[in-house]
Amino acid sequence: MAAVLNIRGLTKAYKPGMPVLKGIDLDFDERGLTAIIGSSGTGKSTLIRIINRLVNPTEGSILFKGVELSRIEGRQLREVRRRIGMVFQEYNLVERLSVMENLLTGRLGYVSALDAWRRKFPEEDVTHAYELLDIIGLSDFAHQRADSLSGGQRQRVGIARALMQRPEILLADEPTSSLDPKTSVEIMELLKSQGVTNGIPVVVNIHDVELARRFADRIVGMTGGRVVFDGPPAQLTDDHLKMIYGGEGWLQ
Amino acid sequence: MSGARLGPTARGKRSGIRPFHSSWQAKLLAIVVAAYAVYALGQLEFSAERFVKGLDNGARFLARMFPPSYRNGDQIVTGFVESMQIAVLATFFGVMLSLPIAVLGARNLMPAWATWPARLIVTLCRAFNPVIVAIVFIKAVGFGALAGVLALIVASVGFVGKLFMEAIEEISMKQIEAVRATGAPFLSVVTYGVLPQVIGRLVGFCTYQLDANLRNSTMVGIVGAGGIGAALFAGFQRFEYDFVLAILITIIAVVLLGEFASNYVKRIFHV
Amino acid sequence: MSNAMATVPASRTWQRHTVGQKLARTALWLLIAVAVALSVQSINVIWEFLWDAPEQMMDMGRRMWPPDLAYYPKTVHAALMETFHIATLGTIFSMVFALPLSILAAHNITPHKGLNLFAKTMLVSSRSVNSLVWALLFVAVFGPGPLAGAVAIACRSVGFVGKLLGEALEEVHFGAIEALKAAGASQTSQILYGYWPAVKPAFWSIMLLRWDINIRESSVLGLVGAGGLGMAMNAAIDTFEWDRVAVILLTIFAVVVIGEVVVTYFRRRLI
Repeated sequence: MAAVLNIRGLTKAYKPGMPVLKGIDLDFDERGLTAIIGSSGTGKSTLIRIINRLVNPTEGSILFKGVELSRIEGRQLREVRRRIGMVFQEYNLVERLSVMENLLTGRLGYVSALDAWRRKFPEEDVTHAYELLDIIGLSDFAHQRADSLSGGQRQRVGIARALMQRPEILLADEPTSSLDPKTSVEIMELLKSQGVTNGIPVVVNIHDVELARRFADRIVGMTGGRVVFDGPPAQLTDDHLKMIYGGEGWLQ
Repeated sequence: MSGARLGPTARGKRSGIRPFHSSWQAKLLAIVVAAYAVYALGQLEFSAERFVKGLDNGARFLARMFPPSYRNGDQIVTGFVESMQIAVLATFFGVMLSLPIAVLGARNLMPAWATWPARLIVTLCRAFNPVIVAIVFIKAVGFGALAGVLALIVASVGFVGKLFMEAIEEISMKQIEAVRATGAPFLSVVTYGVLPQVIGRLVGFCTYQLDANLRNSTMVGIVGAGGIGAALFAGFQRFEYDFVLAILITIIAVVLLGEFASNYVKRIFHV
Repeated sequence: MSNAMATVPASRTWQRHTVGQKLARTALWLLIAVAVALSVQSINVIWEFLWDAPEQMMDMGRRMWPPDLAYYPKTVHAALMETFHIATLGTIFSMVFALPLSILAAHNITPHKGLNLFAKTMLVSSRSVNSLVWALLFVAVFGPGPLAGAVAIACRSVGFVGKLLGEALEEVHFGAIEALKAAGASQTSQILYGYWPAVKPAFWSIMLLRWDINIRESSVLGLVGAGGLGMAMNAAIDTFEWDRVAVILLTIFAVVVIGEVVVTYFRRRLI
């Protein structure tokens, strides 16, 4: 299968001499859901944010479909960003815009600033948005303001916004951490099925090992800024988990 | 433990807590203020004799004010229309200039090379009273409403620009991050990420500034920058105090009316 | 919601606003456009003067430079002290009058509609009339000089302080007052021990804010003869001594900056 994303020797230090990521090597190909697990503060979030350059890497290379994106800026960066969908822990919807406007935000990279201001989007974008609203079950909410939605509804809108970009990879930074268990499962199901339907890889940061086991095709375990496990969920043993999270009391 | 608490240092501290502490401070402050007032009144060559004479003058002055005279009503109307026009233009152009300046000056959106010039402009606009700015513009463009408009544009940039800048700096960066992550160009980040978060407050600033400009336009008129202030000043110079009172009553009425209207508009737009 | 359900399934186009919202918005924009267009059209702009403005400004700049620094110790310093006294005395006077008026205006302390209305009208009138206009009035009463300025500043400030203080009083938590009432406290001790401690921080920060504004305003009152820096500036402008005007402008700028620093310092200590 063709590679989508190749990360080599990726290092990030917010303060010089105190790296959060210490030389990450990872490859993602065209299909499947990858769950990145690890305790808080281990650099999972930094890793996922570096991929679309919301955070800048200190060293290393990120090759996205043949484009080296660790050093690009300006227009080039924007053109790569619009091919990468991103879902956030706290949904990060624009609260005072309607659900439809939040979805159309996903097309801003393709529409001129003037047309965007006048809310003039191509018809196919609007049609696509309605299709996605059908998929996430919020067809009747197009005109509702984002701040009137529940947490689960907001996250579904967040996913739909990312899908509006017709992304070639979908990143999700702790998408279920602010949600109740039942909604979390629904969100994971949605991410998984959308990855399959669109034939794109999905990379999810997640605390919950059980959710990761249930939905992931591949699990990456991180601790102390390094990858310590990389393989299918079936191979993930308690020993691995001890290494990833440290201690063992929580396993019982 | 309890013994330590009752020790001398603790007691000293306790006598420092509010009631006792503030009362001797308050007394001292009152004495200082009173002493200062006496001293300053002396400096201003204030004397009882002068005050009584002033009251005498004031009584005559009041007598000449009543009843208010509307015999030059058309002058009041023309003056007010011009004041209104000055206020509308100053608010419109002032807000139009404030928007880009505020975006440039917001430290959460822009690098330092853009923020400090923008902040300097806003500070300079705020530093001088509109009357002083009006005098400078009168020198530049001559007497009349244009000088008033320009002076109040400066004042509007100083006020709306500052508040709007602060409003932008208080927005949630998470929403901005999400819009940026879609690859949106900077202007679209502003229209989709920034504006929705601040538009309500911006409308509030604009209506307030329109009101403030209307009030200030009476002031710049006094130094020759057009509007009702010019008529008011002329009234004073001709000692037509009954006409002056008529203008003052009209100003108060219009300001009150404006307050009602802006409350009404706010209710329509739910801001 | 019902709206969205009705329109969406039929044709999958999307409009940001409903027809009614669109109409209201268009009407508002149209109103703004018409107001601006009418104002531009009818305001008296002498275009030659406007084109000439940059040159005039340059000319003024050349005349201002270098500032006549020797003028500061001769005249400006005394004028500056006068401005300081006008602002501070005016603020103190306004405090004396604003306190009773704000108590009368707060409907939870004074449950008497007529008195509330009376106090509120007084406060609104004070605020609607500009300090420069107040100064004109008191120059007519007391004659030219700083006394007129101090009284004018006081008259303008009463409305500002009284309004904000009245609002602060109305927000005082009812429970604490009720407890005092239940203990049989008189009206006076309710105000002293119930309301006053609750609004004290607000009171001082309002006074500080007003003092800062008054320093700025009192620097221009002299333009109509009410003493202080403005009077020195008026004299210099009348004799076209722009290098002296420059010194005064620099002084005002320095005072504004110092005032801002002082107020920021005290506010931090207060809150």
